[in-house]
Amino acid sequence: MDMQTKPTHTLAEQAIIDGFLARVGDFPGDASVTSARDRLVSEFRAGGLPTRRMEAWHYTDLKAQMKIVPNMDTGLVDAARPLVGASTVLPVLQGSANAPQAVEGCEIWPFMDMLASGDAAKLLRTRGDDDVIGRLNGAFVTDGFCLEVADDTVIADIIELQAVQNGGQAHTRFPASFGQNSTATVIERHLGSHERSGFSSSISSVDLGAGAEVTWIIVQQRGDKDQHLGQLNARLGANSRLNLFIVNAGGKLIRQEIHIEVAGEGSHFNLRTINLLAGDSHTDVTLTLGHDVPNTTSSEIVRNVVLDRARGVFQGQIKVAQAAQKTDAQMACNTLLLSDDGEFAAKPELEIFADDVVCAHGATVIDIDRTQLFYLMARGISESTARGLLVNGFVDELVGELENEELVGVLETMIEQWLAAHA
Amino acid sequence: MLEIRNLHARITGTETEIIRGLNLTVKAGEVAAIMGPNGSGKSTLSYILAGRSDYEVTDGDILYNGESILELEPSERAAKGIFLAFQYPVEIPGVATMQFLKVAMNEQRKARGEDELKTPEFIRLVKEAAGDLKIDPEMLKRPLNVGFSGGEKKRAEILQMKLLAPKLCVLDETDSGLDIDALKIVSDGVNALRSPDRAVIVITHYQRLLEYIVPDSVHVLYKGQVIKSGDKDLALELEADGYAQIIEAAA
Repeated sequence: MDMQTKPTHTLAEQAIIDGFLARVGDFPGDASVTSARDRLVSEFRAGGLPTRRMEAWHYTDLKAQMKIVPNMDTGLVDAARPLVGASTVLPVLQGSANAPQAVEGCEIWPFMDMLASGDAAKLLRTRGDDDVIGRLNGAFVTDGFCLEVADDTVIADIIELQAVQNGGQAHTRFPASFGQNSTATVIERHLGSHERSGFSSSISSVDLGAGAEVTWIIVQQRGDKDQHLGQLNARLGANSRLNLFIVNAGGKLIRQEIHIEVAGEGSHFNLRTINLLAGDSHTDVTLTLGHDVPNTTSSEIVRNVVLDRARGVFQGQIKVAQAAQKTDAQMACNTLLLSDDGEFAAKPELEIFADDVVCAHGATVIDIDRTQLFYLMARGISESTARGLLVNGFVDELVGELENEELVGVLETMIEQWLAAHA
Repeated sequence: MLEIRNLHARITGTETEIIRGLNLTVKAGEVAAIMGPNGSGKSTLSYILAGRSDYEVTDGDILYNGESILELEPSERAAKGIFLAFQYPVEIPGVATMQFLKVAMNEQRKARGEDELKTPEFIRLVKEAAGDLKIDPEMLKRPLNVGFSGGEKKRAEILQMKLLAPKLCVLDETDSGLDIDALKIVSDGVNALRSPDRAVIVITHYQRLLEYIVPDSVHVLYKGQVIKSGDKDLALELEADGYAQIIEAAA
């Protein structure tokens, strides 16, 4: 029987579709980009927001959790000071990139140029049926920055990609490629306001040439009414090293996806994630990691501090292909649950098709260690201060692994301030 | 300075009594050694003095400068000048030793109504004290006690004691795990703190430590009671004859 069913949309889904139609003439892009956008929107119209029945979204039911979507109007925002003093800041304000500053050894141009020329059309596609972030971002993306670091180049100063938003919507992209044996540190920073609710998506694509060494730091400090969907896709060439460091310290509804292809022999992927969760926020970090070739390593540590009624999710999937012998992958997720009403769901998933590998995963949920607390108090430190030190220490341990001392200091201060304000 | 009267204590939430009618008086300026066989209650006594909640006092009292401390939190006792050098110093990942020292010193000053230390002053004090104890400044940048060797941990305890300048120092088996050089450095550190207004309680298994830190009084603890007290010669007697005779005589 051939039956025409018209899907019923939730308020949020309808608002997304209406928002697209209202601005359809204003989106940047040539004909190929426009047709890619149309295709993605019609996919969204048919599929809608994902529910828990879709495995990748099992712990974050967007259809149920996204109640409202702010309209597309754009507020005015200013760029923030850089996180670390000696940085080149590349601001994307309310979804619109400022003219980029020059950085020696790195080509930088606005993503809007790629939309206008049509070069971006091939990027406006999904990773698969469940790639709702790719679909929405592809339909709505307005700007961002493209980075191209030349071979054998060391970028000494930090490059800070700074997405600032004050309510409304913003959809950005940051494709970055790092040439052979290049070295760079990039901060991808997301800032919001606490006054207006915002909806945003952002996709970064990071490509490491052979021998490249890249530290990529995502600092998410959205406002407490903001909904943000982030995605980072990375591909590691031979003997390259990607240090990915993520701090989530804001937002109402946050999903950060990480999709890594460890594609070159001798490469290493390192992930450190700190989730600072408070209020009635929901924060989801979802990782898929493919070890596709022999002799690669990875290490993932996720540390969570949960307060109030906050909920957190970490899904970590590691796939080791049959050819990927001698893979060494270590994953850990540790949660400091400081509230009876908070929760954290950890779902590790290993799929191993090679027989000579070392893979391990562990998840723990702990409270403050009483022996440590007694030790600090026996030195005259009050209980509340001692608890604060221990919570700080729990996450600072990961920050301390970063090499840039100024960056370590800045992140430690940020964490300290967040805990002082929320704990 | 310290007066323990008919103290009875057990592990919190159990019937296991560990301290059973213990009496002990330590005067200002005195160095008192507490010796005893394994399981006699030495470490428990040190934890009870510091206020660890794993133990509850069921009878008796502990007076410090004439005032009961039983109701005080560990941090309040520390601010009043009681310091326990731990047998097993606790590792605190993610908290740099310098940061910890600064917080501890300033919290105690705050509790006593004094101003916070200025950073240059703090650094000068730490450098000076660390130098005396032959502590590498690099060690102080590391997380507190994490990856420290046994000797480094004990020296870090004495460093804290020097910086916090307590009035009553309780050293719980500070000699365990120390080689002879480290023992000498640690003992010198303790001896430098001896003063007429400060008391030290040295808890140890062995007489060896007491060759370096010579006590004014020696007390033998057995089954949660002080069964014999004497001067420093008592420690020598114990070393020569063991605990059996004294235990028998007390029975």
